[in-house]
Amino acid sequence: MLYDVVIIGAGVSGSAIARELSRYKLQICVLEKEEDVCCGTTKANSAIVHAGFDAETGSMMAKLNVRGSQMMDQIASDLDVPFRRNGALVVCTDPDEVDGLQKLYDRGIANGLPADSMEILNREEVLALEPNLSENVVGAFYAKTSGIVCPFLLNIAMAENANVNGVDFFFNTEVEHIEEDTLPSSGEKIWRIRTCNGDYKARYIINAAGVYADVFHNMVSAKKIHITPRRGAYCLLDRAAGNYVSHTVFSLPGKMGKGVLVTPTIHGNLLIGPNAQDIENREGTNTTAEGLQEIIEKAGRNVRNLPMYQVITSFAGLRAHEDGHDFIIGEVEDAPRFIDCAGIESPGLSSSPAIGEYVAKMMAEKLHLTPKENWNGKRKGILRPSELSMEERNALIREKPAYGRIICRCESITEGEILDAIHRPLGARSLDGVKRRTRAGMGRCQAGFCSPRTMEILHRELGIPYEKITKSGGDSKLVTGRTKEHFGEEA
Amino acid sequence: MEANTMQAYDIVIVGGGPAGLAAAISARKSGTERILILERDGELGGILNQCIHNGFGLHTFKEELTGPEYADRFIEQVYALHIEYKLDTMVMDISEDKVVTAMNRTDGMFQIQAGAVILAMGCRERPRGALNIPGYRPAGIYSAGTAQRLVNIEGYMPGREVVILGSGDIGLIMARRMTLEGAQVKVVAELMPYSGGLKRNIVQCLDDFGIPLKLSHTVVDIEGKERVKAVTIAQVGKDRKPIPGTEERYTCDTLLLSTGLIPENELSGKCGIRLNPVTKGPFVNESMETNIPGVFACGNVLHVHDLVDYVSEEAGRAGEAAAKYVQNGCCEAEDTREPISLVATDGARYTVPSVIHPDRMEDLLTVRFRVGAVYKQAYVSVYFDEERVMHQKKKIMAPGEMEQIILQKKKLLEKPDLRTITIRIEED
Amino acid sequence: MQKRELTCIGCPMGCQITVELEGEEIRSVTGNNCQIGDRYARKEVIHPERIVTTTVVVTGGDKERCSVKTKGNIPKDRIFDCMAAINRVSIAAPVKIGDIVLKNVCGTGIDVVATRNIHKI
Repeated sequence: MLYDVVIIGAGVSGSAIARELSRYKLQICVLEKEEDVCCGTTKANSAIVHAGFDAETGSMMAKLNVRGSQMMDQIASDLDVPFRRNGALVVCTDPDEVDGLQKLYDRGIANGLPADSMEILNREEVLALEPNLSENVVGAFYAKTSGIVCPFLLNIAMAENANVNGVDFFFNTEVEHIEEDTLPSSGEKIWRIRTCNGDYKARYIINAAGVYADVFHNMVSAKKIHITPRRGAYCLLDRAAGNYVSHTVFSLPGKMGKGVLVTPTIHGNLLIGPNAQDIENREGTNTTAEGLQEIIEKAGRNVRNLPMYQVITSFAGLRAHEDGHDFIIGEVEDAPRFIDCAGIESPGLSSSPAIGEYVAKMMAEKLHLTPKENWNGKRKGILRPSELSMEERNALIREKPAYGRIICRCESITEGEILDAIHRPLGARSLDGVKRRTRAGMGRCQAGFCSPRTMEILHRELGIPYEKITKSGGDSKLVTGRTKEHFGEEA
Repeated sequence: MEANTMQAYDIVIVGGGPAGLAAAISARKSGTERILILERDGELGGILNQCIHNGFGLHTFKEELTGPEYADRFIEQVYALHIEYKLDTMVMDISEDKVVTAMNRTDGMFQIQAGAVILAMGCRERPRGALNIPGYRPAGIYSAGTAQRLVNIEGYMPGREVVILGSGDIGLIMARRMTLEGAQVKVVAELMPYSGGLKRNIVQCLDDFGIPLKLSHTVVDIEGKERVKAVTIAQVGKDRKPIPGTEERYTCDTLLLSTGLIPENELSGKCGIRLNPVTKGPFVNESMETNIPGVFACGNVLHVHDLVDYVSEEAGRAGEAAAKYVQNGCCEAEDTREPISLVATDGARYTVPSVIHPDRMEDLLTVRFRVGAVYKQAYVSVYFDEERVMHQKKKIMAPGEMEQIILQKKKLLEKPDLRTITIRIEED
Repeated sequence: MQKRELTCIGCPMGCQITVELEGEEIRSVTGNNCQIGDRYARKEVIHPERIVTTTVVVTGGDKERCSVKTKGNIPKDRIFDCMAAINRVSIAAPVKIGDIVLKNVCGTGIDVVATRNIHKI
């Protein structure tokens, strides 16, 4: 089958583009090498919707960050994704650096932020807003429109909505090679995409492959780009510490990025991180002792007495840092019909709706696309019984008893929600897939209680043998077999 | 069931494990009729159902039983006494005025007005994330209890080549269990310079199978992006931080963590119960009553136990006290003097209970405590205010073995001005 | 003369005991602080025994595995033979505590019995 558009990568960029393009009469598919959407950078980041004052004026980052932030309320509402604007404080603890705050304000104005959405606060004002900040605070830049979102749910919602509107998704499908080809019937030039699951043919390719985007770009273009995986580690704290600060607290930014932040998350936890360490391994999402120590130490410079005994987990994500330090979005000059969406490091998440809009607009103009009449951009998320009244909840349980059985006791997630996660479009097929869609396993016991029960549900609902159930696809099998099976064999 | 009708029970017990069962039986034998046990699993017995090893019941039944057998002795009594219980039922909330909100598939979400509540929720395991162990986050990392459930109840092997962090009894028991089921347990690493588990388990779970125990060691790296491939351990210094250069790498596909149990007090915290930061369980008085009158706590939710026999005993007291509370109302009227604070210091980490109203005591009160280090040939000393009243030599005391002293009501009533009882460890 | 080192499990002291043997004859037991240690060491060195607790496959029940134990001690060096024999057993629900699931495991004279109840479904 010849697709009009093949998108490589089902992260938040690829999914945003897929959704926007699904408005038009096009045959579109997304090729994703992992078992699910949201398995790369989108899975491990600060979950911040930046206000847009940080990126360099005139850059794609600045433009799309500001536009993405503007769009986020509508998108979150249409897609039923949790999002709120809690405001950000860029904190200065060194009197010699105070000018940096004004620079942020000026750049905010230059980037198009409304003047009344930003303020420079003195020490007293800052401490009144955030009593837990360091004694050394001298002032802060306050960006009122900065927000927090759930990156998993945003990515999943965009992908689901794209799928419902006709976009095919192919998982466990790693692109191995891309080459030009010609349609024998018409002589039209197309792309032949070789994957581990066979070939795909496309008129247009959209390269949204995260830390691998340069690999694919460089297959088709003489003008190379270079992406360095820039690793950032995080610590996540129990919801009991979730209101230790109420704004997202930044340090004044430096060369390697925005620096270590301390922020509440949309789900009520406290998040600390990231540092920035350039590595070579594009799969190097391991944390290191030094990295964890670094983020705790740096966070502690802005926020006093961080309750680190409340840590429930730590993780690391890789940013796709391109040498030019800006988004590369557009048709490749010497490779017509190959559209890059590369170098999507911060503010990638914030920009994602705008990235989708920008690419779709570009394609629509280029190809004179016809919008569908029946495109439905609204999507209902997984029903959360905890948001219902007791009467509504009981009516639901009478109809679907699975909503009466708690599986994840730390986050109070019911079997009904897990069944929804499994059976909806692009449903979960692994423990992590369930986790990202429902939060089961994200609580203080970190899936110790719920994982045997979730495994049983996956086994029952999808007919997957226990031995094949994975944590996150690939080789991440959870059990190696039944007891009484291998006794006496060599390991 | 209509959402608006609230049932009433004299005593609602949260948890149908060993603590909840013993409390229920004791409350019934003390004369309370309407008792309801709410249990979230599909059967009564709690954690004992997966503790298929021996060693339970020596004190209670003068026999050595396995976990399920011990549980069954109490479950049979619950049946015989016709004590009501609900299974697959999760308690979602307990309010200060003792309204218990719970949920299951058949009844939906419902509320019960309890005359008294007994908290018996047990404890959970500390996960890898709380230890900040660096490395990848692959499949194959399990807390020892979750692995035990998979092996013993569901019948699945978590892995074939195992490294275990933590030499508490759960880690040791799982070292043996995995080995018996054909896995290779390569090493047990323990952060402290001593093991937290019983000597018997060191011998019968490690020595018997030639499994090395590395004290003063911890895990410093986990390899394998999708499934565990290897684990690196390193020696730690007195500060419990890894010593560079001492790393040892073990190829394996499984890491089991036995790194601490935490009383499960999310519900307790929500309804205003004061928790002891040392035990992570509620502060209680001589009647196992929390700071909320009529709300009692017992078992691992109160403080993590080593012997289930003590759990049953403690829960029995809570059951009796709850029954008394329901039958007679609040006990403050009995008090003829100020309560006595119990203080643990100088080697003793905490006491349960932490406050005593002598008038409300039984004739004898067992006070349980733990020491913070290993003590050989030291003394347990008890002070009534400034006066030392007990000075008992103990051959050995360790953090992993709960200790106790017994106080006599008579002796306390003789001292109406006594304000503080202190338990400390003295070298001589 | 053989020397064997072992840890006594009679009480939390965990005395380190040294036993000197010639063949099967015990010449001396040292390091113990009491008689329990002496008795334990003598037994453990000549005829070490263990209770084995494990599970067996269940068919037709509300659980797929039933916990079991050897009704008494078996020789320590027969543990894995007995495990292999127990692993070949499958029992049908219902099961009651005390039901014999394997008689005289590996000729030790010891039965393997169920330690939990399983309902038939």
